Amino acid sequence: MDIPYTVESRPDTGLYNAKLGIWLFLASEVMLFGGLFSAYVLLRVGAAPGMWPHGWLNVTLGTINTLLLALSAITTLLAWAACKVRDFTKFRIFHACTILLALSFLTIKSFEYHDKLIHYEIVLNNGTFADGHLVEKSADFDLAKKTGTITLHGRIVDDEKELMDLRTPEARAAKLGEVTVAAADIVKMGNYGPRHNTFTAIYFTMTGLHALHILGGTIVIFYMWAFGGAMWKTDPERFTNRIEVSGLFWHFVDLVWIFLFPVLYLT
Amino acid sequence: MSLKAFHLIFVTLLTTLSFGCAAWAFQSGSVFWGVAAIAAGIFVIVYGIYFLKKLKKISYL
Repeated sequence: MDIPYTVESRPDTGLYNAKLGIWLFLASEVMLFGGLFSAYVLLRVGAAPGMWPHGWLNVTLGTINTLLLALSAITTLLAWAACKVRDFTKFRIFHACTILLALSFLTIKSFEYHDKLIHYEIVLNNGTFADGHLVEKSADFDLAKKTGTITLHGRIVDDEKELMDLRTPEARAAKLGEVTVAAADIVKMGNYGPRHNTFTAIYFTMTGLHALHILGGTIVIFYMWAFGGAMWKTDPERFTNRIEVSGLFWHFVDLVWIFLFPVLYLT
Repeated sequence: MSLKAFHLIFVTLLTTLSFGCAAWAFQSGSVFWGVAAIAAGIFVIVYGIYFLKKLKKISYL
């Protein structure tokens, strides 16, 4: 039995099956990310004055990632165009580039995550705050037993608000150095993971979900890149449609990043 | 909507982002990055025009 409209368009919708399916899927994705962007806005306007972070993310790395995704959108389009003119070799070259660009994006993202996960804020029992990247913990460090020491590369501040806006001239001029804290002096300690505050929570949620979409898209593109040859030989038109559909998904994921980058990195 | 039309939307938003980044950079006092972002925006516009000419025969649907 032949499934109709896998290649030619349905007369009533003007679309072939897969394209209708991907647009319905993308509509649900708009609602998913739209909900998260709404959550971001509400968390931000609801934050206490001076307690919403600025300058916590590395703009250079974010810009590089934006460029990588923009280039990958172009290579995706070129891969589809190569299929349209029946050039499978060019298709493979362009999609190999897409895969490499996507993996580069994920690598940079994982560096950014790692940077946040080794960044600690420690509340000391004299009311000050030690903040910085982990250098080392002594062998006997145990927060529960209050033994040992922890060393950070950072600074000590009197008010937590001083840690919120890193774009102020004072924050830029602050001298960073090695700070060693005894476990006995620690009231509370935590890294800049999702539990740290509402900003890191929404940052990890949105970028994590986006990264999962990148990973999923990369797997699909890799599958068609590696195993698409068989369908290309038997039904190139249908294969080209599949490339278009995966390209639509990829463009959607890139579009989400175009909104995520200024919202999280620049504001 | 075809990939061609969606790509056009993507290029438009990328152009907007580039000029938005330029405004942000100038406001932050970084002239170099501001100029670089404007150059990127112009490059994206030129690419968009080239892309439209190149894929003239492919449908927007």
